[in-house]
Amino acid sequence: MDRAEVDSRIRKIIEPFNKKGIAITEDTTFAGDLEFDSLTVMDFVAEIEDEFDIIISMNQQAEIEKYGQLVDAVHDLVSS
Amino acid sequence: MSEGIMQADQPPELTGDTPDLFSKFDDTIKLRENLLASGVEDPFSLVMERVLSPTRAICNGRDTILLGTYNYMGMTFDPDVVAAGQKALADFGSGTTGSRVLNGTYQGHKECEDALREFYDMDHAMVFSTGYQANLGIISTIAGKGDYVVLDIDSHASIWDGCAMGNAEIVPFKHNDITAMEKRLKRIPEGAGKLVVLEGVYSMLGDIAPLKEMVKIAKDNGAMVLVDEAHSMGFIGEHGRGVVEQAGVIDDVDFIIGTFSKSVGTVGGFCVSNHPKFEIMRLVCRPYVFTASLPPSVVATAATSIRKLMTAKDKREHLWKNSQRLHSGLTQLGFKLGTDEPQSAIVAVIMPDLEKGAAMWSALLTEGLYVNLARPPATPANMTLLRCSLCAVHSDEEVETILGMFERAGKAVGII
Repeated sequence: MDRAEVDSRIRKIIEPFNKKGIAITEDTTFAGDLEFDSLTVMDFVAEIEDEFDIIISMNQQAEIEKYGQLVDAVHDLVSS
Repeated sequence: MSEGIMQADQPPELTGDTPDLFSKFDDTIKLRENLLASGVEDPFSLVMERVLSPTRAICNGRDTILLGTYNYMGMTFDPDVVAAGQKALADFGSGTTGSRVLNGTYQGHKECEDALREFYDMDHAMVFSTGYQANLGIISTIAGKGDYVVLDIDSHASIWDGCAMGNAEIVPFKHNDITAMEKRLKRIPEGAGKLVVLEGVYSMLGDIAPLKEMVKIAKDNGAMVLVDEAHSMGFIGEHGRGVVEQAGVIDDVDFIIGTFSKSVGTVGGFCVSNHPKFEIMRLVCRPYVFTASLPPSVVATAATSIRKLMTAKDKREHLWKNSQRLHSGLTQLGFKLGTDEPQSAIVAVIMPDLEKGAAMWSALLTEGLYVNLARPPATPANMTLLRCSLCAVHSDEEVETILGMFERAGKAVGII
């Protein structure tokens, strides 16, 4: 799966979580721009995990602040 | 010389670009100030001036029924328990001043571990200084780098802190969701060590875990299983061994974690296990090694209490009766509860928000009833809860009195 496909699938998942409907770029932050709290993060991560059949451990989540970093991390996980 | 001391005593003045390390707590400070400005008594600095029994105390000057102390089996004033503590205090002194692996293992610590082995019918028992340290120590020690810990998202802080202290990969799943747990277990890379961490009773809502299904799936997927039975010991299961016993899976779990600070009625924590290599934990588990052991009086009270809990069938039955009566009474009054049916000795009353919750808590205290106010972030889904924990020695009349207090306070605050 190439990065563009990972990106488009994550964009679909993120829609209902993007309450303010802001434009999402590679630099959009989850905590700051999207105002995700810890419960939202859990639900969002669970959906991504199920979509791609992967695990994003809490340890990995701690390294992901921006949208682009998430796409990279998921792309790495599905490619490995 | 004296000048030097004088100078060192002067607090350094903060300059413009030096952050105050406490500024990160500003939101919490503000939340607390706003709450107190609404006129409620401070829910987090209650003082019990005198304790009359497991169910009564003088709180902030008022005679108060205790309904939020986790003293499930009412052992704190048991004459045998108190006498054992007094004797140990006189015979062995006030404290051990040492680690379990150095000078801190007395005869009483061994006897306490013997009592636990008998209580659970297991090969090994290890006593920690608190239940918090038992989770912290066991989880952080057995799950190492490259291993995976799969845990319920609503796990207690001590479980999360055990995860944070270790080096394993941490994978949470949605509360009590069997499918979500199974999916995550199946995605773990082949060859990696796996630990599933569950609780028998979840203390916030008082609901129990579907351990029969979850333990089977964990074992089928090659995981070791640790179950925290802090809120079920002495009460749930035929011998009071917890939800693992009630669900018939006690022989399949690898570790049970528990505490002395609830049904046992003192302080301390433990882990019991049948793992053949378990004893090595005493040398490699840092929260066990690098802290002082429990005082002799505490382990003596714990051992005596644990042995009495083995046969406390009548108390278990009365506690169930109390839990059922409080649950049905509060439901009839129109309160929203954490579970549809009573599943444990915890009955959680869901409040509309923190302000109403604090007002209700305060109104109940004025009535002469103490419950726990639980608020985010300790609660699931950012709920504010009034957590009631029943005691086997609450009388039938006391439970009716409690319901009357809830009715008056609930109407005064406008919740029912």
